[in-house]
Amino acid sequence: MSLQIILIIAQKELRDALRNRWFLLYTIAFVALSLAFSYLALAGAGIVGFAGFGRTAASLINLVLLIIPLMALTVGAQSLAGEQEKSTLSYLLAQPVSRVEIFLGKYLGLALSLLASLTLGFGISGVVIALGGAGAVDPLAYVLLVGLAFLLSLTMLSVGLLVSAFTRKASVAVGIGLFLWLLFVFFGDLGMMGTAMALRVPIANLFLLSLSNPLQVFKMMAILDIQSTLDILGPAGLYAMRKYGDGLYSLLLGVLLLWILLPGLLAYARLAAKNDF
Amino acid sequence: MLTFIHLTKRFGKFTAVDDLSFEVRPQEAVALWGPNGAGKTTAIKCLLGLLSYEGRIEVNGLDAAKAGKAVRRQLGYVPQELSFYDDMSTLDMAEFYARLKKVSVARAQEVIAQVGLAGHERKPVGALSGGMKQRLALGLALLADPPILVLDEPTSNLDAAAREQFLRLLGEVKAAGKTILFTSHRLEEIEHLGDRVLVLGDGRLQFICPAEELPARLGLRATVKVRLAAAAIPAALDVLHAGGYTATAKNGAGLRIDVPHGEKARPLHLLSQADILIDDFEIE
Repeated sequence: MSLQIILIIAQKELRDALRNRWFLLYTIAFVALSLAFSYLALAGAGIVGFAGFGRTAASLINLVLLIIPLMALTVGAQSLAGEQEKSTLSYLLAQPVSRVEIFLGKYLGLALSLLASLTLGFGISGVVIALGGAGAVDPLAYVLLVGLAFLLSLTMLSVGLLVSAFTRKASVAVGIGLFLWLLFVFFGDLGMMGTAMALRVPIANLFLLSLSNPLQVFKMMAILDIQSTLDILGPAGLYAMRKYGDGLYSLLLGVLLLWILLPGLLAYARLAAKNDF
Repeated sequence: MLTFIHLTKRFGKFTAVDDLSFEVRPQEAVALWGPNGAGKTTAIKCLLGLLSYEGRIEVNGLDAAKAGKAVRRQLGYVPQELSFYDDMSTLDMAEFYARLKKVSVARAQEVIAQVGLAGHERKPVGALSGGMKQRLALGLALLADPPILVLDEPTSNLDAAAREQFLRLLGEVKAAGKTILFTSHRLEEIEHLGDRVLVLGDGRLQFICPAEELPARLGLRATVKVRLAAAAIPAALDVLHAGGYTATAKNGAGLRIDVPHGEKARPLHLLSQADILIDDFEIE
């Protein structure tokens, strides 16, 4: 395996992503909405103007939950399927490169493009808040949120690539990606609430159920970063705090990393075994 | 240099390539000839590692199934359907593949000039004509100066002028000492480039012959249509029949002569020797 080849492919992937109009649209939307959220964050407190970092971080969680998974799932789903549809993937595979180099190069390039988008969105918002807002109250929470958002984007990128590896057409892959996005978002709140009420799911199981959704895991970690407790999530949050205590954050981080690794490995396994180029 | 040993490729119950064995010697140009579905492209895809297969393919002693990357380093590939990143410029594209093949980016500019695309470096690949794209594909295949070129129907999408230009370019590459394996169903391509021809049918090797013997081995024939004065037709028919040709009058204005491929001028010569004036002719 050659790191040089991986970096060459990553560089091309990054270039392609930054020219992708959907990607640019998502980025612009993310920047605009994060600025708007920052501005409105203090509205509840009756103060007009830009909120401090901590409060803004809290308000940005919901924005991240909506836009980042959509962005990452879309670019991931388009990636392999789009290249296979245009036959550029088979031409690339006919070169002296291995499939693992192609996969890692694509993953790295897309991850960097997502990081660029996040940095732009959070960065502009952060600079504006720092210059014109209520002061740098809790910048650490803000930085941690950026890091967590990046991890969330990687989970969705892995899922998107998994979809892409099993699909021959980019449009189908993106369609499945959008469906999964709806499922994750819906399952994150309304679905889980409804299931818990209808089936009277025990609290312990409800918490375990929430681990099956990376968006929920991200949300719990982000809340822990801001206020060190999950009281706001109700009984399930209280149960998790009592059961896992200080180890809760590590547990959630482990689950998030598993969500990055497992779909990613499955996507690669599919690409490696694929035999119909 | 390049050896296929009992290559078999099945897609479910369908056998696309069936027990194919042959060898390509250094600096030899070998053509895989056959109709669509004969298994030509499938055999090439197996060599490139795009398809799994039964049997064995060796390139300079390396097993293509186990050392795919090292094998592909020795191959330059021109695909049947050009699949490029259309929004990239010609030079960016060449530089991208140069870096993937670990050759200097300066080499990109060299091959662009070699295949006659100098002046088109900044043009997006999508804006190049079919012939230009095909030449770019050849340039990309030559980037790392590989000993073996693999061409899959290299002129199938080109018009006559572009085809002639591309074949001339391939002739230069062959003269420079490259080993070439190519697929084709065009006779002029085989005659121009090939040393030997492997004739495939339904995935099986039918026979191997020198390229110049292919038309005769296939029993290929042509029709020469000759236009001449109506009064000269009976005499012309006598001359042609005496020469062993099957000829028929064509609406009183000429003749249709059935000839073996490669002997199309001979009946014209016979008529000329008999002082029969030919106004015009065409070949079908």
